[in-house]
Amino acid sequence: MQKRLLFDSKLLKVTIGRLCRQLIEVHNDFSGTVIIGLQPRGIFLAERIKNELDRMLSGEVHLGYLDATFHRDDLRRRNEPIAPSQTKISFLIEDKNVILVDDVLFTGRTVRAALDAMNTFGRPAKVELLVLIDRLYSRHIPVKADYAGRKVNTIQSQRVLVELKEQGEEDNIWLINKEE
Amino acid sequence: MSRLKTKHLLGIKNLDREDIELIFQTTANFKEVLNRPIKKNPSLRDVTIANVFFENSTRTKLSFELAEKRLSADIINFSASGSSVEKGETLLDTVNNILAMKVDMVVMRHSSPGVPHLLAKNINSNIINAGDGTHEHPTQALLDTFSILDKTGRVEGKRVVIVGDILHSRVALSNIFALQALQAEVMVCGPPTLLPKHIGELGVEVETDIRKALEWCDVANILRIQLERQQMRYFPSLREYSQYFGINKQLLDSLNKEILIMHPGPINRGVEITSDVADSDHSIILEQVENGVAVRMAVLYLLAGIG
Repeated sequence: MQKRLLFDSKLLKVTIGRLCRQLIEVHNDFSGTVIIGLQPRGIFLAERIKNELDRMLSGEVHLGYLDATFHRDDLRRRNEPIAPSQTKISFLIEDKNVILVDDVLFTGRTVRAALDAMNTFGRPAKVELLVLIDRLYSRHIPVKADYAGRKVNTIQSQRVLVELKEQGEEDNIWLINKEE
Repeated sequence: MSRLKTKHLLGIKNLDREDIELIFQTTANFKEVLNRPIKKNPSLRDVTIANVFFENSTRTKLSFELAEKRLSADIINFSASGSSVEKGETLLDTVNNILAMKVDMVVMRHSSPGVPHLLAKNINSNIINAGDGTHEHPTQALLDTFSILDKTGRVEGKRVVIVGDILHSRVALSNIFALQALQAEVMVCGPPTLLPKHIGELGVEVETDIRKALEWCDVANILRIQLERQQMRYFPSLREYSQYFGINKQLLDSLNKEILIMHPGPINRGVEITSDVADSDHSIILEQVENGVAVRMAVLYLLAGIG
């Protein structure tokens, strides 16, 4: 199995800082903007971005967690039911700008499900998508990221492995070639 | 994700602790969904569910129907009165006819014990038992135990007394299995005529003095006196029953401790429970109803979510 390192801890920190500055450029003081992390793995990234933004803006940015399990399109096409995670959104998203945060953008299907799931909390003014890794040329539906930490050319059989400190490991993000 | 070890929900007896805990986790997720402004989600889109009720039901039927609608399933309702059952059709024929219309799941209530089991052997769909005679009522037991968990944080080690007509109660039997699977202690209490003879062999305490039972317990699940199931008289009068086994405020106040009060409904006010107790802060009767929808959503989701 071949592994290529896409992010280590240091680069990840720099990239999150850059993404936060890009966000501030568009959303100013975040008074009308909220961040929603996608379960299960987008939430750690969303938390880091929120903390960084809080520090840069010396304020409090709203953060919620969204689980899109019940809105997925592959529910009855698997051998097992999909385990839902917690949804925790303690604010209204009606007329807010929402930044969806996830770790990897691949087929785009999770994002579609998340858009549906989010609609059950109200009608946002605008939705943007932020991802750490944007896997190019692999979309199944027309979804694109507004902010990307890094764009990567991948083929279908490759996999992106995200290891974050919050899950008890070092910060390391790998691109893995599965052996035939 | 782990999955239920069974394809049908026939009774709590077929579930183990892991299964029940999986259902409870999923229930908590759905409870959150039910508190959103928009409660509907598309997870069971394209799944067709038949609610087949050979016996009257209000609450269970409504609760299942609502759960199915919240999950976007297509549903058809069948009740025995006014149907071809009255023309002499057999049970299997009736159900096979319904299934010929391409139904994926059947929610079934019947007055004879074992009917869902018979169906499960003979047909291909997922079967959910919504009460079979005096045998089991698994979703009721799941929602009762979930309500205890939700209210107090744990079920293990809790002392639960089930009061009333244990002999005719499917709720009692399912509750005993569910509570024991989660390692709670269970006691049954009622007039000796309404306690099954060898109930002690299930590993439950048996008590005929309501005061002693209440002094022992943390939670009291009070059952309805089922007048429609009593061809013969098991006690002299309703008034006497309520004198000896009715739960009233004076009785609870004299205990020096707080007990959680539950009732699976429908309540006979003034018989097994007085209004001031049913409507008090200790009663979680309406929370049970609320949790019922989430529990049923979880069961449907887990059974249907397999390709």
